[in-house]
Amino acid sequence: MELIINGEAHEYLKPLTVQELLQQLNLNAERVIVEINRTILSPTGHNETELKQGDTIELVQFVGGG
Amino acid sequence: MDQLIIAGREFNSRLLVGTGKFASNQAMVAAMENSACEIVTVALRRVDLDNPEDSLLSHIDSDRYLLLPNTSGARDAEEAVRLARLARAAGCEPWIKLEVTPDPYYLLPDPIETLKAAEILVKEGFVVLPYMPADPVLARHLEEIGTATVMPLGAPIGTNRGVRTRDLIGIIIEQANVPVIVDAGLGAPSHAAEAMEMGADAVLVNTALADTPNPALMAQAFRKGTEAGREAYLAGLGTQRQQAEASSPLTGFLRND
Repeated sequence: MELIINGEAHEYLKPLTVQELLQQLNLNAERVIVEINRTILSPTGHNETELKQGDTIELVQFVGGG
Repeated sequence: MDQLIIAGREFNSRLLVGTGKFASNQAMVAAMENSACEIVTVALRRVDLDNPEDSLLSHIDSDRYLLLPNTSGARDAEEAVRLARLARAAGCEPWIKLEVTPDPYYLLPDPIETLKAAEILVKEGFVVLPYMPADPVLARHLEEIGTATVMPLGAPIGTNRGVRTRDLIGIIIEQANVPVIVDAGLGAPSHAAEAMEMGADAVLVNTALADTPNPALMAQAFRKGTEAGREAYLAGLGTQRQQAEASSPLTGFLRND
């Protein structure tokens, strides 16, 4: 299954949920905001949201800024 | 107590601080503390998957500081609205510093797209603090659609050039019914003092604090500059004159003419 994450293609062998994806990427689920195909995912939906072939995912977080 | 009130919320500090470009998180935190600020701005960016950094938020005490996400990087209203919604999804309060800067060279705010985005975000319940050109007519339009403040620029972002838009900011202050926060371009405590003496309600500083070997000390200096300017405004500045007017008595000189 191919996912486009932050503009780059990533290949995954097994189906996975958003929660599993964040775990695999070593990201803190409480600090990362997830958008799938332009729809913002509520943090409570990480566990039940299964990712599908071709999903475009944005993972964003706060950084320093003025 | 002389408090700054934005959207019904009271603040003791009239200095807002940006968190960008500091050499370390430690330097950033020291500057925040010494500035006595209560509002800090942050930006939203893609996570670097190859190099996930520790989160900025773990360094910012959310009980002490109100997090004000910006929409920096947005080139039009649509991008700004998307960033604002993402920021709100992070669970912060729905406060947003609206920035729409399509021009990468001067980073000047786009007045039309800013107004468009502000209108959408206000309707969605955001407390909108728009970064804007120092245009009194635009300030009125933004206020009319319900922005919580107006944030005219002193000079382009990061230039440290001071209140170059002084006369226009003066008109904005004269006409505004919402707090006027002078944002961008303030490079020295005297610039902050100048804006506050003019009657600005607050100032926002980032580069001037981050771009010095001693952010903590500079933050303290900006706090004093901001406070000094505010107190001078409240006291009322003396009238400017062309001719001298002696401060000492003009009688009793030690001569007989």
